[in-house]
Amino acid sequence: MDKRKDEFKLTFKQYMSRHKASYILLAPFFILFFLFTILPVLASLTLSLTYFNVLEFPTWVGWSNYTRLILEDDLFMLALRNTLIFAIVTGPVSYVLCLLFAWIINEFKGKTRAFLTLVFYAPSISGQAYLIWNIILSGDRYGYLNGFLMNFGFVQEPVLWMKWERYILPVLIVVQLWMSLGTGFLAFIAGLQTVDRSLYEAAALDGVKNRWQELWFVTLPAMKPQLMFGAVMQITQSFAIADISLQLAGNPSVNYAGSTIVTHLLDYGSGVRFDMGYAAAIATILFCMMVGTNKAVQALLKRIGK
Amino acid sequence: MKSALKEKPRRIGKFRPFRRERKINRSAAGNGLLFALMAICGVFMAMPLVMIVNNALKPLDEIFQFPPRIFVRYPTLENFTDLFVLMSDSWVPFSRYILNTVIITGCGTVGHVIFASMAAYPLAKHEFKGKNVMFSLVILSMMFSWTVTQVPNYLIITALGINNTHLALILPACAFGMGLYLMKQFMEQIPNSIIESARLDGASEFRIFWQIIMPNVKPAWLTLAIFQFQQMWVNTGHLFLRSEELRPLQHALQFIAQGGVQRAGAAAAVAFIIAAIPITFFLICQSYILETMTTSGMKD
Repeated sequence: MDKRKDEFKLTFKQYMSRHKASYILLAPFFILFFLFTILPVLASLTLSLTYFNVLEFPTWVGWSNYTRLILEDDLFMLALRNTLIFAIVTGPVSYVLCLLFAWIINEFKGKTRAFLTLVFYAPSISGQAYLIWNIILSGDRYGYLNGFLMNFGFVQEPVLWMKWERYILPVLIVVQLWMSLGTGFLAFIAGLQTVDRSLYEAAALDGVKNRWQELWFVTLPAMKPQLMFGAVMQITQSFAIADISLQLAGNPSVNYAGSTIVTHLLDYGSGVRFDMGYAAAIATILFCMMVGTNKAVQALLKRIGK
Repeated sequence: MKSALKEKPRRIGKFRPFRRERKINRSAAGNGLLFALMAICGVFMAMPLVMIVNNALKPLDEIFQFPPRIFVRYPTLENFTDLFVLMSDSWVPFSRYILNTVIITGCGTVGHVIFASMAAYPLAKHEFKGKNVMFSLVILSMMFSWTVTQVPNYLIITALGINNTHLALILPACAFGMGLYLMKQFMEQIPNSIIESARLDGASEFRIFWQIIMPNVKPAWLTLAIFQFQQMWVNTGHLFLRSEELRPLQHALQFIAQGGVQRAGAAAAVAFIIAAIPITFFLICQSYILETMTTSGMKD
């Protein structure tokens, strides 16, 4: 407490000299961060209140982008619904999968471990890997999935996986889950390595009997920072699903069954309609959704190991 | 006393008697089950890699075979020779593309890892004004769609006069929010006592950062390097680099691959190279991570 009072008495100059090292270490990153992230985001927030077609100077339109988005845009409502389904299913499931696989891989040693990490990270590292699902899910009888199902008599004729509305969303969810061992997964792998080995020995003495108890009482609490990181990455990924929908279901997908908030945004923002103000309004709403979810998830994560 | 006498004499050096380090709390059945699970899932996950390798080795008639097969029947390297012929034809020499990639990917990765780590250390371990604001700004920034920020970003880069230079790709890459967040989370786990004792020994903050913090979070920055390398590597630079001779390898390779049906073979080879380079980098980093695991001494 005393230290704090001291700090108040310091003049700006004294304060800076006391914390010089901190600010010098921060400076390079935050100068660039301000220029290339904060400024553009602030500009976009402002743009969301304008009409901006990229060619002409933006004109102020107030809240009309937002009212149009919420009251008149039926496609946005559909995209919102799809995105929520996506996020609610793929978010938690792939988070748990990342953790589970990272934890299992951590049980292995040496070369096996490196190999397994590569294999499970493969869909994230080998470029546009999801394109191979085009072959698997091909709508004729030569598609691998159709061929398999027909050989075993589950279906009589090929299923148009990516053309039937009711299949599009579930199929995209499966592909997304398959893709999802990415950033969070590697962070967990690295996090598991920094857990202090002696904690396990101590826990065994304290009566931890099997690997599941060990996971819950020792490993997870010890890697809470990584869990928080993984959650944020998961949120940003599962709310922003767009590429796999565009590539597998097409743009626009049949009856917009595969459209998400970000595909809707891309429709306005980059390429087709050139209504940047509207796109920025969509981005702002998506941003608010992510921030809200993040708050809730971080509160949940604080309860781990208790 | 008795047990001590029974113990075999320990030999010194590398001839130490082999003693298997058993992990606590592990059952054989559980291990077997996990192994089976990993094998099944692994097949599923490795599909794209298997596919890319096989496609690259397929002769043209097998590439166009319908229905498509996964595995190659008569492997050949002619796709690669095709690709190299095409490469030698380009009017900007290929070595130039490679150099561009080395500059962009190298500076972008190293710069990001260093800047993000430098900024993460005070955020994790120092107390100062504005700390929480700075950190929340970083987190929040990751949630804003980059599609919309592209236009303002372009204007800023033009205003700085670095449009159509490599800096237009490198500088923004040095300050992605994710890296800072990752590094900060790992640095938080370092016990304060290590830092305190280093301070008592008279080490400056920079020295603590470089000699104590960074070695202790080696798995973290190696992982970050993997992410960043991957991102920099796939960047074609089309948005900012208008001069052909400034563009990276990724652009040149994709340009060849987009040549249509007659380049399907070369395209398969391109897909292989595009995947192989980050995978090589990944494996190198992972092996260093494994090394640290055995030597890390992060104890309270």
